[in-house]
Amino acid sequence: MTSARRRSYGVKGAPYAFLLPATILFALFFALPIGYAVWLSLHKVQVKGLGLGSGARSEVWAGLENYTGALTDPELIDGALRVLGYGAIVVPVMLGLALVFALMLDSDKVRLAPFTRLAIFLPYAVPGVVAALLWGFLYLPDVSPFYFVLEKLGLPQPDLLDGGGLYAALSNIAVWGGTGFNMIVIYTSLQSIPAEVYEAAKLDGATPLQIALRIKIPMVAPSLVLTFFFSIIATLQVFSEPTTLKPLTNSVSTTWSPLMKVHRDAFGEGDIYAAAAGAVIIAVATLVLSFGFLRAANSRQKQEAAR
Amino acid sequence: MSSLAVRKAAPAAGTTPGTAQGPPLRRRIALVPTLTLLLGAIYCLLPVAWVLIAATKSGSELFSTFTFLPGTGFADNLSDLNAYRDGVYWQWMGNSALYAGLGAVLSTAVSAISGYALAIYRFKGREAVFNVLMAGVLMPPVILAIPQYLLMAKADLADSYWSVLLPLVLSPYGVYLARIYAAAAVPADVVEAGRMDGASEWRIFTRIALPMMVPGLVTVFLFQFVAVWNNFLLPYIMLSDDEKFPITLGLFTLLEQGSNTPALYTLVITGALLAVIPLIALFLVIQRFWSLDLLSGAVKS
Repeated sequence: MTSARRRSYGVKGAPYAFLLPATILFALFFALPIGYAVWLSLHKVQVKGLGLGSGARSEVWAGLENYTGALTDPELIDGALRVLGYGAIVVPVMLGLALVFALMLDSDKVRLAPFTRLAIFLPYAVPGVVAALLWGFLYLPDVSPFYFVLEKLGLPQPDLLDGGGLYAALSNIAVWGGTGFNMIVIYTSLQSIPAEVYEAAKLDGATPLQIALRIKIPMVAPSLVLTFFFSIIATLQVFSEPTTLKPLTNSVSTTWSPLMKVHRDAFGEGDIYAAAAGAVIIAVATLVLSFGFLRAANSRQKQEAAR
Repeated sequence: MSSLAVRKAAPAAGTTPGTAQGPPLRRRIALVPTLTLLLGAIYCLLPVAWVLIAATKSGSELFSTFTFLPGTGFADNLSDLNAYRDGVYWQWMGNSALYAGLGAVLSTAVSAISGYALAIYRFKGREAVFNVLMAGVLMPPVILAIPQYLLMAKADLADSYWSVLLPLVLSPYGVYLARIYAAAAVPADVVEAGRMDGASEWRIFTRIALPMMVPGLVTVFLFQFVAVWNNFLLPYIMLSDDEKFPITLGLFTLLEQGSNTPALYTLVITGALLAVIPLIALFLVIQRFWSLDLLSGAVKS
């Protein structure tokens, strides 16, 4: 009786005990910092007199002052526009390539599939900083093979570290690093489509292209949505690649992306209150954009299903 | 052009002429997909091939000889890197191994036990706990990193190993993967049978469920290892003492100095090559154990 009761008590308490480490870590390293960031974003420092001595600087309520400041700050707005332009290149190109490669890997009689799959996935193992560093050197006219080839062919040599070329250069680093991972996610869900589906389509006389467009792509739509979702989140937070390219060119400012501006506000200017407001704005924009995308994707899928 | 290539390839492989749909030919190659994938592979391997060659060049050869022509300075580059500030490079590599290794082990342990609890038990607040943890996935690291730094500074832990290690232990994505895997790999009757035999819940988890979850946990471990090894933002914000830098941050500072002292460029390149080798080796060794299907959330039972 006692042992039975103790056991059932053990079973009931077990999940809570098992979740204790995660809960404590979440409270300390997620909830507390988020709360602190929101608190900071609503405060500012007030300096009394010359700002010397203890008690001369105190934190006072600022209301939405930091937010209005951030939202009207041309540096943040310019950074946001740059990142939107960058994302408009990276996300479609990366996911388009990932989808094409996944479909090719999945096609009949393809050769060298294991080797090419591994090669395309390999950049995932290369840290973003190292990827930016390697490509950064490949963009330098004195070092790059591209400039060498263009020069021999007598073609114009675009500057990849300035102006519009910089967008292409940065996008290329993200596409290089991210295509393989997304390809694997899509390829895996392609592999889980039962073979009978294709048999039926082939009997109906469908060509491989038709099978890809009409059957495969719709069936992997959920993993496309997932990869889109993660790509949007990653793109809006781009930080290490432009930061790494900065030493190689003067065209990357310390406020190139909104995240870089937040970092500069906090550590370059020492204004943690403005930085916190900027961080909260980026977080909200990320959530709104990614959830907006998810909702749009879901309602489209429901429409398709209803048809 | 592509369809022409396919048509050309078909007879070469020995089609029976006259029969449009002859017997399936074992040696026929799908040329377009193969070529597309090869182009993709070349694109992805290009920078790796470049760094392999560039690391062999001396400082003067780097800017004067053709990119893909091997140089003569590899041994010198290695010893220069080794000598740079008393071998701080190896300190960085060691730090990265520590952050990524220990961080991934701890993270996998927390993911395993949390994922198991969320998958096996029915209890009040289960979905609420799961949803709150998952919301963590969507939190941009930046909104976390700056207040994390300020809080660490208050706790006198900023610029310590802990400041880079601890915030990464809880991985919402790791918990998510472990939950999917536990639900697929640990049958409810096995857990029930363990209870009938009088085993405690902890014993059931460690002795019965954990071994069944190992293949999934390898994936969680590798995913976390790569994520921590590649991390830049958190150490960039937390650390100021370069003896504690991970390799990503170390290489970045080296590159930053290189823009004033181009002689350091060869060190940066050689360092980048050596920094990529451990992860690529890890990939090649473990890829057979790595269940990639878990990454897309699909587990075959």
